[in-house]
Amino acid sequence: MIEIRNLHAEIDGKKIINGLSLKVNDGEVAAIMGPNGSGKSTLSYVISGREGYDVTGGEILLNGENILEMNAAERAAKGVFLAFQYPLEIPGVTTMTFLKACLNAQRKSRGEAELSTPDFMKRVKAGAEKLGVPQDMLRRALNVGFSGGEKKRMEVLQMSLLEPTFAILDETDSGLDIDALRIVSEGVNALRDPKRSFLVITHYQRLLDYIVPDTVHVMSKGQIVKTGAKELALELEANGYRDYVGEAA
Amino acid sequence: MPGDVKTAQSAAEEKLVAEFARARGSLPGAAPVSVLRDAAFEAFKVAGLPTRRVEAWHYTDLRIAMRDALPLASAPKSDAALKQKLEKLAPPIADLATTRLVLVDGYFVAELSDAIPKGVSVTALSDALAKGDATIVESLSAPGMGQGDAALALNTAFMQGGVVIDVTSGMQVAQPLEIVALSTESSHAIYARSLLRVGAGAHVTLIERDASAAAQAEQRNNALVVMVADEAQVEHVFVPAVLNSASTHVASLLAVLGAKSSFNSFTLAQGGGLLRRQVHMRFDGEHAKGQLAGASVLRNKDHADTTLVVQHVAAHCQSREYFKTVLDGEATGIYQGKVIVAPGAQKTDGAMKSHAILLSDGATMNNKPELEIFADDVVCGHGATVAQLDEDQVFYAMARGLPKPVAEAMLLEAFVDEATDRVESEPVRVYLTGLIGQWLSQRGAA
Repeated sequence: MIEIRNLHAEIDGKKIINGLSLKVNDGEVAAIMGPNGSGKSTLSYVISGREGYDVTGGEILLNGENILEMNAAERAAKGVFLAFQYPLEIPGVTTMTFLKACLNAQRKSRGEAELSTPDFMKRVKAGAEKLGVPQDMLRRALNVGFSGGEKKRMEVLQMSLLEPTFAILDETDSGLDIDALRIVSEGVNALRDPKRSFLVITHYQRLLDYIVPDTVHVMSKGQIVKTGAKELALELEANGYRDYVGEAA
Repeated sequence: MPGDVKTAQSAAEEKLVAEFARARGSLPGAAPVSVLRDAAFEAFKVAGLPTRRVEAWHYTDLRIAMRDALPLASAPKSDAALKQKLEKLAPPIADLATTRLVLVDGYFVAELSDAIPKGVSVTALSDALAKGDATIVESLSAPGMGQGDAALALNTAFMQGGVVIDVTSGMQVAQPLEIVALSTESSHAIYARSLLRVGAGAHVTLIERDASAAAQAEQRNNALVVMVADEAQVEHVFVPAVLNSASTHVASLLAVLGAKSSFNSFTLAQGGGLLRRQVHMRFDGEHAKGQLAGASVLRNKDHADTTLVVQHVAAHCQSREYFKTVLDGEATGIYQGKVIVAPGAQKTDGAMKSHAILLSDGATMNNKPELEIFADDVVCGHGATVAQLDEDQVFYAMARGLPKPVAEAMLLEAFVDEATDRVESEPVRVYLTGLIGQWLSQRGAA
């Protein structure tokens, strides 16, 4: 469960998050929708611990523990996962090497034993098969030369291996055709679990046809201005954000 | 004219003059060699130690760095203590059997060296010079290369150690030759010059590995001349020692390539005082391939200068220069690469790259690639970049659980690997990446 209380954050002196409060319960899939510039991506960075953002107020509690003092790696080990809108290419590091290093770094941080290479291989291969990720992709440098769809599938594969308790999907639908969107969504849906919560950030209702949320929040000017059930997404699709953008002022 | 006013000699220059006068009579080699020494020392006296005013030394002022000239190293005593020291400072490279040629303070020590394989002959420089063999004297002076370089002239004047290695034509030397250059623990100057002559169609790997306890300041000024005959293949790897921070090290490499030959040289600089790596590579025969690659990992006040002059004289040759530099602390890195294509060197294919990453505000990188092309049918290009670690990549890796030092080390290792990948031998590559990994882990621990 994640609970954000009255969060204020800025970058380079510019206020982006203005007293945002949000709660996502265990097993819940929450969607955040909002117009460009409402602070959705900033929120995902602030939750996952990216440097360069000043949190000037409020707290973020992950299963009751305030994570704001932790760096991104510590938060990841605690169970926070961010699926990037634009996954980074890491030349010179094979996907396999990267995945193993990340998984074992998290395990080490939690005081768990590192996975042996055979155990790790077994898990990766099983995960890759489910998502239709070919084996040769795992031997290539991470995300280098991957198509948009392959990169997003790789994000979901990483999520399935790292088993987070709270995952943020930042515009996961961007750059995907219908087939890729379906594969990625099925991958996400397979990870839905009573102990895992999701925050799905999106511009469009389309993604929510595939990953059906329990709750929908509307974000504007760095705040949550409206919360509703999944039908709210349809309403937004029909009427746009104009009814909400003024409310935060 | 005011421009002609000669600067007064520095203390180090004065000492070098006195040292040459003192040692001249006892340096190895009779008439043709002593004439060579005298001419070289005269040239040095006129030029003085290189300063920023000398274009090729624009970023490395050796005159300022060498406040004093240390006395010439004398021949070492070969004893059990020396053997222990060698074992401690230069343990064997894992999974790689080599034929070791051990130089101590520049002097070849046969007792510490391995048996020489068939088809290879090794002579101590002093013995080779004493014989006065005209071809050796000519090869050692690498005619037409590095002329006017005062540091190389000093090496010619003082050369007192080193080895002459000859590989018979057609010989495929399976086991790499390894020159291990160790220094004893006194503060002194080492001038060694070695020569590797590889006969037509022969194949050999030479590893030059320096070792030092780094307890005292040293002044090393060494040179290696490599003559690659037609259709011969030479792999070369050079790992200078991490010297005491008050040290200076000039390491010259002069390579001449025959037709259809190949020469692949890699240098790993790990800092420690001032290092000047200067390489002259010349294509004398057609259809030859030459590659100069390297990686430098620098911190504190390390200063590492890589200066290359590649001369395409013959047509249809291919040259590649590929260097990666990582700088932390207040380190200074220099890359100067000059590719000269002579009027007759048509169909030359040249590509030069130098990429650097700065990890701190205090670090400096100077990149200066140059092309001088006098032929009209060539493909030559160069690229040079200086950047910081990509923050987005670091965040991405951290968001997956890698602590920052681990994430940074992983990205830096991948960056440097693109250079070490150019080393042919896998055990040597593993050895080099191991050294780079150590450097990176020290950074993480700081």
